[in-house]
This record gives sequence, structure tokens and C-alpha cells, in this order.
Amino acid sequence: MVTYIIRRVISSLPVLLGILFVTFALGRLIPGDPCRAILGEKATDVVCDEFIRRHGLDKPIPTQFVIYIGEILRGDLGTSLRYGKPVTELIVERLPTTLELSLAAMTFAVLVGIPLGIISAVRHNSSIDIGTMVLANVGVSMPVFWLGLMLAYIFALLLKGTPLQLPPSGRLSPGTIVPPFYEVWGMEIAAQGVFSSLVVFLSRLNILNALLTARWDVMADAIRHLLLPAAAVGTIPLAIIARMTRSSMLDVLGQEYIRTARAKGARFRAVVLKHALRNALLPLVTIIGLSLGSFLGGAVLTETIFGLSGVGRILYDAITARDYGVVQSFTVVIAIFFVILNLIVDVSYVYLDPRVRLD
Amino acid sequence: MTTHDMPQVSTGKVVSLDAETLSAKSVSLWKTTWRRFFKRKSALVGLVMLSILIFCAIFAEVIAPYDPLQVLIGVEPVKMRQAPCIHLLGCPQDQPQHLMGIDGNVRDQFSRIIYGSRLSLLVGFTTVSFAVVIGTVLGAVAGYLGGTVDNVIMRLMDVLLAFPSLLLAIAIVTILGPGLINALLAIGIVSIPAYARVVRSTVLTVREMEFIEASRSLGGGPFYILFSRLLPNSLTPLVVQATLGIATAILDAAALSFLGLGAIPPTPEWGTMLGAERNQVFTAPHLVFYPGLAIMFTVLAFNLIGDGLRDALDPRLAQSSK
Repeated sequence: MVTYIIRRVISSLPVLLGILFVTFALGRLIPGDPCRAILGEKATDVVCDEFIRRHGLDKPIPTQFVIYIGEILRGDLGTSLRYGKPVTELIVERLPTTLELSLAAMTFAVLVGIPLGIISAVRHNSSIDIGTMVLANVGVSMPVFWLGLMLAYIFALLLKGTPLQLPPSGRLSPGTIVPPFYEVWGMEIAAQGVFSSLVVFLSRLNILNALLTARWDVMADAIRHLLLPAAAVGTIPLAIIARMTRSSMLDVLGQEYIRTARAKGARFRAVVLKHALRNALLPLVTIIGLSLGSFLGGAVLTETIFGLSGVGRILYDAITARDYGVVQSFTVVIAIFFVILNLIVDVSYVYLDPRVRLD
Repeated sequence: MTTHDMPQVSTGKVVSLDAETLSAKSVSLWKTTWRRFFKRKSALVGLVMLSILIFCAIFAEVIAPYDPLQVLIGVEPVKMRQAPCIHLLGCPQDQPQHLMGIDGNVRDQFSRIIYGSRLSLLVGFTTVSFAVVIGTVLGAVAGYLGGTVDNVIMRLMDVLLAFPSLLLAIAIVTILGPGLINALLAIGIVSIPAYARVVRSTVLTVREMEFIEASRSLGGGPFYILFSRLLPNSLTPLVVQATLGIATAILDAAALSFLGLGAIPPTPEWGTMLGAERNQVFTAPHLVFYPGLAIMFTVLAFNLIGDGLRDALDPRLAQSSK
């Protein structure tokens, strides 16, 4: 197992190097003077000379590439012009919002998608099955940004005054003050350091923070704010999960051991939930893992709609402001995250499915 | 097993394996495929939807009551972002009929949606053709030559696949500069790996077969073998992949336009229309609803057809009634 993980990590190194090369090439393909493209049109010659020297832009291309890799490895992703902060700091600050949204969307997709898939498979060709599959087809064909806007319109305007009314923007109702859990617990936090950054990071996950400080009203508020964006981001994965669960369940239910289990007298419900579901869920691990990565793409489109200032929002702002440096850094970070996620999915697959041989 | 699945062997005759029989067989594969395809209701629905779209795209001038770029100020008594007026649904008869309302620049939204079908289909077909051609060449070369060439090409494809596709497209367009052509190029580049993989895998399986060896011993050169012996085997998976790829391409192009990276505003492009009016969703929901509906309709059509083709072409499903 350990050797497999090591081998898998080593085999993904060339891909990581390739990612760095692609983003490096993208950065060098910016039309015009790289300094003014990154620092803005108003940069003076003195500033530009300094910039070029610092980033080694006057050196040969291969040397530049090595310098670039060095910068990434040191965690130096450059500085955002708009925010006047290092990009890494921005990510740490904004990631909790995106993470919370992604996890909520995932929970929604799994909690609704898997049961729908199971029911469809068990009641194969019934009206429930057909309805689910129609919905799944429609679900994967919807543009995320459109669904988000429509949900906001329906739940914030059409259903205004009913109990179903939901807030269309923000993470918490205006005026809600949430003390971070470390203050409530009387923890002493250092101004810098990995541990304190982690604690601050966790405290920015609103639901977790509310849970740790036992503020149930804040938690309910946070969840209400999350429902619409999570439904928008989660719908495509939900449709995919429902379809996969259904076809995988149909496969498994047709197998001999299911018939054996039934013949031994096991109740149908028990066979479906205990014998079939476990095996049917295996292919879903891949889907769920990979859709977590694509949520980041969906976040760019949904966060702006729902007024959430997460990672996707920064990227959107960077795109509209032509803040090339930030777009480039974000692409690197997200691609690396994607590769690591792939790695985890592969490894967990081996762990979950004893039939996968580690040759 | 139904009769049409059996090889068409006429009784009492010796079947000679000449060119005619072989070609007759290949026709019957497509015939069976079509028959299976038409048996699926969802695939048929998709086909009907696509026909409607193609009809709209071809006859846009006839169907659309207005020029998509015409500003109606002073032409008709309409206001900016006016709600849809449909005579059948109780809109006064003396009012000009605007099926999907008026947009933020006082243009007829219905006409713009109809003209948008041209652009959307164009986007789907051009990006996928681009990606299929390049992907096929790369995949075929990688699979046929093998070794270092294969390794280099496929690792490059792995790198492209390592990026979430929309994000890579965004990064490429940000660098190239916004515009429809650049957006198409970006989406095309992003979707190359899928086709390269499909072609490579079929070339790899077919390469070692005896009929290839026979071709080679008859003096067939590498190009001949590649294009007339190996690639036809990739056709079926490519068709399925391309149909589903069109759906993704249209969705991604709409997303890029929504972000302001695709078609430039006066162009009647659905994603652009939606992006321009996104902040009006509470005051003029029709300006957001209809373009999105049109995108969904188009993407759904290609998804249904793609799924239908995949099932029809899948030999494992040949005998089941699924």
C-alpha cells in the first residue's frame, strides 16, 4: 500500500511539472510588456526595471522557468494589484467561504442523488425511475449561473413572505456578529504561525464556528444562506450521482450473489441496502472526488451571483480587471489541488475495493 | 437475440468474403444502430429538439419578427425591459406582440433568442470539429508510433486534463483577450485530450490485429494503414464523444460569454445576453429566464442524442431491452 502511494505520487510529478510549465507559458504569452500587464499601465520605468530584475525576466527562458518554479515552491504567488495583498494571503482569507459552499453542495448532491438513484434502480422503468432520469438529464444540461439566478428569483422574490423565503446573498444576515470560537474559549492566538492561521481559517467556516460556540441561531442563519448557492452548485453533480448510482445499482442487482442473498431469505430492503449498495457505491467515489474539484469552476460562476466573497469571486474580479498575475496563480493552485484530489481518489479506491490489485 | 443481430447469411449459398459482402456488413451495422437509436424515446426527443434548433438557425430571418440588433425606441410604444406581451395570454390586441419581452436596450428578445441558435450551433460544431481533428491526429500518432512519442503526447494531454476545463479556458481567454473567436479556441484546446484518448485507445487495440498485418504485408504504407485501416475503427466512439462534447462546449462557451470573455455585447449570444442582464433578475426575470432556457434546450438536445448513440452503438447492450 505504502509503495503504491509513493509510486502514485512520483507518477504525478511530471503532470505537476507540466502544469507549472503551462501556466508559466500562459504568463509569458500575455501580449505586450509583461511588467505593465501585471503591474498595470501606470507602472513607471523605474518600477518596471525593478520588477524585471526581481523576477528575472531579463534572463533566458529556461532560467526564468526555474525561477518561477522556485517562487511557487516557496509559496510566493505574487501580489494582487486590486487588493494590494499577497495572493496566498487572499486565498487563506477567502477559501473558507468557497470550502463551505463546496462541502454544502456536495452534501446536497450526495444526500439527494444517492437515494434517488437507488429508488430508480429498484423501481426500474417505473414512473419514479423515468421522472428521475428526465430530471437528471435536465440537471446536467443547465447552466450553473442560470440556475443560480432563477433560484434566487424564485426563493427570494416569488416566495417572499412564505416560510420558504430564502436570502439570495451573503453568508449571514446583516448585523449578525459572530465571535470566533477561539475568543469564546479564551484561547491565546499568536499573530503569526501555521497553527494560528489554521485556527483563524477554521473560525471562518461559519457553520463549524457556530457549532463550536453553540450559537444555534447563527448556525441556522448560515445554513439558510447556504441553501440556494449550494443547490445551484450541487445540481449537476446531483444529476450525475443519481445516474451513476442507478446504473451501478442495476448492474449489481443483476448479479448472482444478490439472488443468493434473496434465496437465503434475506429481506429485499436488507439486500439492497447492505449487499448491493456497498458495491454499487464504489464507482461513485471517483465521481464525488472529481466533482469536488469542478466545484471550484462552478464557484467562479455562482459566488458572484450570490454575493459571496470567496475564491471564485476573487478570480472573477481578477478576470474583469485583467489582473493576469492573480488569474495565473489561481490556475496553478487549483490545478495542483485537482491533481492531489485525483491522487486521493485513486488511493482511496484501492483501499475501498479489495479487488483492485496493486501490481 | 433478434434477427437483425445475426449475420445476414443467406441459406444454401457459400458466402465469399469479397469486398461487396464486407461493405454490405458495415452498412448493416449502421442500420442496426439507427434502428436501436430510433427505439429510444429520449434519443428521438433529442433529435426532434435538435431539428427545431437547426430549423430556427436556418430560417432565423423568417421566424424572427424583428432584426436582433434593431433598437425599438421610436419605432413602437415599448419600454426598456418590458415584460413579455403574448396576445393569446391576455395581452391587449392593440399592443405589439413581443413573445419574450423587450431587453435592456429596447430590442425584441424573441428575435435575439432565435438568432442566438445560429451562434450556439456554430460554437458547438466548430469547437468540436477543431478538437476532433487535432485530437484524432495526436491520438493516432501516439497510438501508432508508441514509445517516446506516445509518452510525450499523452503526458501533455494529462497536463491539460489536470485543469478543471472551464478554468483553463478562462485562463487562456484572459491571456488571448476576450472575444468569441478566442473563446472558441480556448474551449477547443481544452477539449482536445478527450478525443486524443479515445482515438489512441482504439488504435492501440486494433494495431496488433491480423488484418493490419495483412495490409502491411500487402505493401500498405503507414499513412494508408493509419487512415484507411486504423482510424475507421475509432469512428463510433468518436461520434459519441463528439456529440456529448458539443453539449459541453456550448455550456462552456455560454459560461465564458456570461463572464464577459466570449461574444461582445450587441451580438445575440445567449450567454452574453444573460450576463448583460444578470443584475435585473428581480426586476425583469424574463431577460434571464429565456436565454438560459435556450441554452438548456440546446445542451439537452445534444446530451440526449449522445446518450442514445452511445447505447445504440454499445454491443453489450445489443440484446438487452434497456
